[in-house]
Amino acid sequence: MKARGLAMFGALIVALPSISGCGGGSGTGTRAVTIKGSDTMVILGQRWAETYMTEHPGARIQVTGGGSGTGIAALINGGTDICEASRPMKDKEKEQVRSRHGKDVKEIPVALDGVAVYVNASSPIQSLSEPQIKGIYTGKITNWRDVGGRDERIVVYSRENNSGTYVFFKEHVLGNEDFAREIQTLPGTAAVANAVSKDPASIGYGGIAYATGIRAIAVKRDEASGAVHPSLQTVQSGQYPLSRSLFFYTIGDPDGEVKTFIDWVLGPEGQKICEAVGYYPLIRK
Amino acid sequence: MTVIPVPKANFTGALGDRLASVLIKGSAFLAILSLILIFVFIGKEALPILTSPEIQKEASLSTLFLPRPAKPGARTEYTWQPVSELPKYSILPLFVGTLKVTIIAVLFAIPLAVAAALYTSEFAHPWVREVVKPAIELLAGIPSVVIGFFCLMVLAGWLQGVFGWTYRLNAVTAGIGLSLAVIPIVYTVAEDAFSSVPQAFREGSLAMGASSWQTAWRVVLPAAMPGVLAACVLGFGRAIGETMIVLMASGNAAVLSLSPTDSIRTFSATIAAELGEVVVGSAHYHVLFFLGASLFILTFVLNLFGHWWVGRLQKKLQGAS
Repeated sequence: MKARGLAMFGALIVALPSISGCGGGSGTGTRAVTIKGSDTMVILGQRWAETYMTEHPGARIQVTGGGSGTGIAALINGGTDICEASRPMKDKEKEQVRSRHGKDVKEIPVALDGVAVYVNASSPIQSLSEPQIKGIYTGKITNWRDVGGRDERIVVYSRENNSGTYVFFKEHVLGNEDFAREIQTLPGTAAVANAVSKDPASIGYGGIAYATGIRAIAVKRDEASGAVHPSLQTVQSGQYPLSRSLFFYTIGDPDGEVKTFIDWVLGPEGQKICEAVGYYPLIRK
Repeated sequence: MTVIPVPKANFTGALGDRLASVLIKGSAFLAILSLILIFVFIGKEALPILTSPEIQKEASLSTLFLPRPAKPGARTEYTWQPVSELPKYSILPLFVGTLKVTIIAVLFAIPLAVAAALYTSEFAHPWVREVVKPAIELLAGIPSVVIGFFCLMVLAGWLQGVFGWTYRLNAVTAGIGLSLAVIPIVYTVAEDAFSSVPQAFREGSLAMGASSWQTAWRVVLPAAMPGVLAACVLGFGRAIGETMIVLMASGNAAVLSLSPTDSIRTFSATIAAELGEVVVGSAHYHVLFFLGASLFILTFVLNLFGHWWVGRLQKKLQGAS
């Protein structure tokens, strides 16, 4: 117990200069800015970092994935400057940052994403309502017949519980209820997409950027409303029910190199990269 | 006149000897030390489950082993659902899943590997043996992630096509994948055991008029039994701790069932999938280390039992012969 306390204290001491040390804002510091978190965002983050570094010689940015949970844990433990997360931080986690670092966490939306629900290309299902998807994922609906499909058992695929997409889906679609136990979890959206493409009776979910080779279905907010396909317009306008913001989190207001980078990401160049990678730029206010 | 160089050579020789002996002793102790340190580290991180009242509020031995309601008022069940409003850490589904896939893998691997070893050591033409032995041993060199990928992409779909299972990724698929990793280990050790049976045993048996099949089955196999048993224990240990193959091919659903065609979630895959995400020091973190410690103890006890059994068999065989 004591030893761990000491280790935390050590981590804090290491982390402190990274938060307050580069207040000069010269923009050409030699210390690497570290970004860690969401697997959904890792490609996006890497593309941002590469382009930024070619435009700002001398800047060093390291991007690693691991899942939003991993990034948030790293932010709490002082292991990263910027945390990439595909879900909003929980109050409990924000409280942990406050108690360990004495500063509030800063939330910066940087892009938009839609979570697509996919079925096998041979499936007759064209659209599902949010309550139907919830029923399937909580285990109340187990046969495609009940939602207008063939008479066969639904094989349900999900992401591992360290994924931001998992938590987004759980909060947004399941209303924080637990996933059914029979649900198979696979490491990575690509693995889910692959499994759905091979399994005629299956359903899965993941970022729209991944939805190739399988069919993303239209989603209805409830039985009465119209079915909406995931696309740039429907995500930006908020019509598509399963859309979300992607975030950067920092401890306290960003400054120095970190701030320069974040400002660049939010600028026109950074936002253009979102589209190139398959996400959606924030709407200009 | 030639006396002088001799003690000098002796001196450096002695020093070299001493140095070598210290180095060898040192590396042996280093191996033991690192083993002990790993166990101490895992044990220390798992201990709060037993000692810290704060962690026990969320995860104690009773929450790990006894059924609990999913929601307040619901009926009790064994559920592994660590990311939840009410985190549930029942390790029973994981334990059953681990055991199920390991047993399936061993059931596939041991007969195949032992039969193959018996064939190459007793019946095969020398040139066949020269080809088959290294080929099977090469199987051990395939990274498990490659085997896992093969199961996910090829084997799973093929098995589902043949048997029409509801779940493409299940315990049998993962078990067959695992057996690919277990076969070379069991084969190599069993082959060595057969080869080290004295030639006189075979000659004696053949001279008595036994066929070569009777010799292999009734004389060589029993004589090599301790070695074969050691091979099986090693194979079991490899199967129970293997991570990547089960993570990719088992579907990872923590279902408590005995059906081999249901999806399963193992100890090792759970640790691999979840440890990256947990907040250091949370109940979930300590539970994962508890899983690791359980796995460690399980394989340790298994090896100990295997050792004891092999020793007993050896004594019995020596007494009989």
